[in-house]
Amino acid sequence: MFADDKKEFHGEAIQILPSMPLNFNVGNNSVVSNRSSSNASLCCGTVSFIPPDFKEKYAVPGYKMECFVTGFVQTDAGQVPLVSTNMNLRDIFATAIVRAGITRNQYRISPGLYATGEPDKNSEVLVTANFKLTFDVLRSSLKGQNLWILVLDTKGVNVWCAAGKGTFSTCELVNRIHASELEKIVSHRRIIVPQLGATGIRAEEVKKQSGFRVIYGPIRAEDIGRFIENGRKADSAMRQVSFNFYERLILTPIEVNCALKPALITAIVIFMISGIGHDLFSFQAALMRGIMPLGFLLAAIVTGAVITPALLPFIPFKSFAPKGIITGSIASAYGLWFAHLFSPELLSSIGKSGMVAVFLFTTAVTSFLSMNFTGATPFTSPSGVEKEMKCFMPFQIIAIVIASILWISSAF
Amino acid sequence: MRDLRYIEDVSTLVIDQEKCIGCSLCTVVCPHGVFEMKERKAVIVDLDGCMECGACVNNCPVYALNVTPGVG
Repeated sequence: MFADDKKEFHGEAIQILPSMPLNFNVGNNSVVSNRSSSNASLCCGTVSFIPPDFKEKYAVPGYKMECFVTGFVQTDAGQVPLVSTNMNLRDIFATAIVRAGITRNQYRISPGLYATGEPDKNSEVLVTANFKLTFDVLRSSLKGQNLWILVLDTKGVNVWCAAGKGTFSTCELVNRIHASELEKIVSHRRIIVPQLGATGIRAEEVKKQSGFRVIYGPIRAEDIGRFIENGRKADSAMRQVSFNFYERLILTPIEVNCALKPALITAIVIFMISGIGHDLFSFQAALMRGIMPLGFLLAAIVTGAVITPALLPFIPFKSFAPKGIITGSIASAYGLWFAHLFSPELLSSIGKSGMVAVFLFTTAVTSFLSMNFTGATPFTSPSGVEKEMKCFMPFQIIAIVIASILWISSAF
Repeated sequence: MRDLRYIEDVSTLVIDQEKCIGCSLCTVVCPHGVFEMKERKAVIVDLDGCMECGACVNNCPVYALNVTPGVG
């Protein structure tokens, strides 16, 4: 078996994509791509193992190297890349970058069939999305398991969102089953689809079009081992989504990231209206008076995009906008108190109307950003979000308009 | 998700009890435990838990379920 060679191999294997013209031997196991039409040889004769510098020496132009592939499994439908269940440093670093909202739209792997452990014809087939973050969570929770993993092309989007948007679909699943020749690889006719994929999959239709019966697996990858052990049965805890403190907090960097661009435009507008005064417009006034609302803008972003999500169940009200009004007014009050402590002159220079302006502005921005977080939660219904937006957005807009008028008037 | 609840009485989820054949697939796919089986029929036991994801509607073999989510 190929797994015998794993200890000797520490470098990076290449992922052989469909149509890759390769034909080489690994160990005692002949690894031959049956898709090869030219029978072109990569190396001269037989190699006993893939050398660590394989990537540099034998990289084929135009083919991507995947660091999580450790070798290949020979099957009746050609060779299938074998993936590691361990995350290396590069994976962990990339995860952090993606969590921060950078390059997350390009963080994807090639769709198709993969293997983990030493799967055979009776092994289960898991279906997943080609978002690398999703794939990493899945493979790292499959330690010690012998499974096939069918990765659908969801354009680099996670299972649930892709199911909602129609890329994790019946059509894509059926096509991917056919393309990977799954019927040659396993003798049974069942596939385990993550429960959250159900939004995009019609089980009955998959069976009709591919012959494979869809079994809805657990929501979380960590439960897959127990699910299979229990005879492919999920308990009610495996079937319900959660949204605990950690799950909420991990989403906040992207919330902040997405708020930065509109915040930059807001900051420019703040400086422009802060410059309006007796001299019509003064840059000095813009800088002097603009610095305070800018600080409050940053406070509003932190409060609306981090504090509200983190403390979500502990803040009164079910709608997110009023939750934001609560956290926003507390943040404004604290902000004004800090301003009073550190620079009483600055605070008194803006007067009462200026203070009210800052309070309204901060609260409205926090309320809006808190409402924006509905898009990231796993329990808000679109009908509910629509209702809440229609109800609270007029107030947020009116508050901003009044704040702007008061802020300008406070200069006179 | 009993600790985090959203706005009440907004979900557009409806079930046609006449059509339901009691296959219980909706109880499997729902991520919020909205359905329960009672006397071989699926019933909505927690409408306010529904987030209108459409998993049940998509998988119901007899088209007994319907949901019309807003624009969100």
